[in-house]
Amino acid sequence: MSEISMTTTEGATVEPQLREVPAVRMEAVYKHYGDFTALDQIDLKVAKGEKIVVCGPSGSGKSTLIRCINHIEKHDEGLIYVNGVELDHQRKNIDAVRRDTGMVFQSFNLFPHMTVLENCTLAPMTANGMSEAEAKDLAMHFLTKVRIPDQAEKFPGQLSGGQQQRVAIARALCMRPKIMLFDEPTSALDPEMVKEVLETMKKLAEEGMTMLCVTHEMGFAREVADRIVFMNEGKVVEQAAPKEFFKHPKSERARTFLDQIIH
Amino acid sequence: MSHFSPTAAVSYFFNYFLMKGVLVTIGLTVAAVVGGLILGMGIALLRMSSNPVLAGAARFYIWFFRGTPLLIQLVVIYSGLPQLGIKFSVITCALIGLILNEAAYLAEIVRSGFMAVSAGQREAAWALSLSPWVTFRRVTLPQAFRLMIPPLGNSINSLLKATSLASVISVEELMRRSDMLMQEHFQILEVYAAATAYYLILTSVWDAVQRRLEKHFGRSSAAKTRRVRTSAPVAQASVEARA
Ligand SMILES: Nc1ncnc2c1ncn2[C@@H]1O[C@H](COP(=O)(O)OP(=O)(O)OP(=O)(O)O)[C@@H](O)[C@H]1O
Ligand SMILES: [Mg+2]
Repeated sequence: MSEISMTTTEGATVEPQLREVPAVRMEAVYKHYGDFTALDQIDLKVAKGEKIVVCGPSGSGKSTLIRCINHIEKHDEGLIYVNGVELDHQRKNIDAVRRDTGMVFQSFNLFPHMTVLENCTLAPMTANGMSEAEAKDLAMHFLTKVRIPDQAEKFPGQLSGGQQQRVAIARALCMRPKIMLFDEPTSALDPEMVKEVLETMKKLAEEGMTMLCVTHEMGFAREVADRIVFMNEGKVVEQAAPKEFFKHPKSERARTFLDQIIH
Repeated sequence: MSHFSPTAAVSYFFNYFLMKGVLVTIGLTVAAVVGGLILGMGIALLRMSSNPVLAGAARFYIWFFRGTPLLIQLVVIYSGLPQLGIKFSVITCALIGLILNEAAYLAEIVRSGFMAVSAGQREAAWALSLSPWVTFRRVTLPQAFRLMIPPLGNSINSLLKATSLASVISVEELMRRSDMLMQEHFQILEVYAAATAYYLILTSVWDAVQRRLEKHFGRSSAAKTRRVRTSAPVAQASVEARA
């Protein structure tokens, strides 16, 4: 359809990324915990290939927002589309969305009773029906990419935090997601390990992965993000390109937030 | 009689009649563990269900069977139920009583094992598109099972000894047969020395099995030693505070 519109009327050609189905589209999304409103009328659109950094004070709903995108948290009202699939609480749509998204958690959540390699091959083998040999090749490919192929036979508990988080990234990539969701991936790490994880994420960004990252690493945000989404009290308070956001935050809340974290 | 005869004790130990009682004790224990585990897992599932009626029923069951003595349960099943026209063989009565009772304890052990597996593990499994079955079988169950082994071991140790209560309803297990020998020969200490030795052997063998299981399933227990940094300082502080 889009091709027809491009060729017929010259003046009507639209920007390619505007014609495309967005990676994520949220419309008037609400999430309540009892009386508490964790997400308060969220509207957000993420284009394919776009890198978003979500930031904001503690309890502002950043984790809830990102966890609603792969339905680990159920939203109560509003619409969420992921690559055009509506997250309407139907099993098959949830499955489709989860296949398209990978998630990296603050606490890694590696399976402690499995080796690094088994962590990476479990989902490809059981959810994608891959043979063990194929899955191992795939896992080694991504473990090499995150620069820890030599740790494949170890258990997660034998690795440093930074290594564990890189395994978690590799494990998610083994399902070949189109969108990666990161929830404070470096917050649980010792300072000297933050860099190796951020480097891995940067590499992923350079390869064109669509990314939504909750992080307070403002250096990373400045360098990698196309857009910063600032949240407060369950609302998206402002969205802007990093340069704009850091230089001229529009809201008072964003200004005080930046003052706090930059010092 | 004012002496203890070691040779008599040894001869009771090798008494064929008593040995058969040991086999009955082992049989009762194994059957009660298997039955109790199956029933206990069912009750644990109900107890964790979001349906308040099912969860309530499971709670009642656990409350009831953990709150009354096994001895009463056995006697009621053996002597009380016939009054209502329900009659089982002696061994069936013992098995019903032991399984019903053990299930209540195992249900709580199973439940706490599953509760101790962090929500993050399940979330990671969902995020990876693992099916509910694979999540249970490969992620939650192995971790829960590892946590269950020590309390499970203790419970089975208790059960092994609790089977002796079945002697009261005339099941001819180790205890009952010891009584029978004792009444025949009046060598109280000698007979019970033999029975005690058997109980100690059985519990020690089980201890060894339990240690093997712990070792086998704890092969990656190093995973437990390194913690996420955010929680470490708190844990550290509380350890120091107590020290
Ligand atoms: N399961 C829950 N039950 C009740 N309240 C919850 C639950 N999960 C989150 N909340 C509340 O919702 C609000 C938003 O939580 P969320 O985890 O999304 O915040 P956040 O922005 O990620 O904060 P942080 O920076 O501390 O991670 C918080 O006030 C939190 O207490
Ligand atoms: Mg959070």
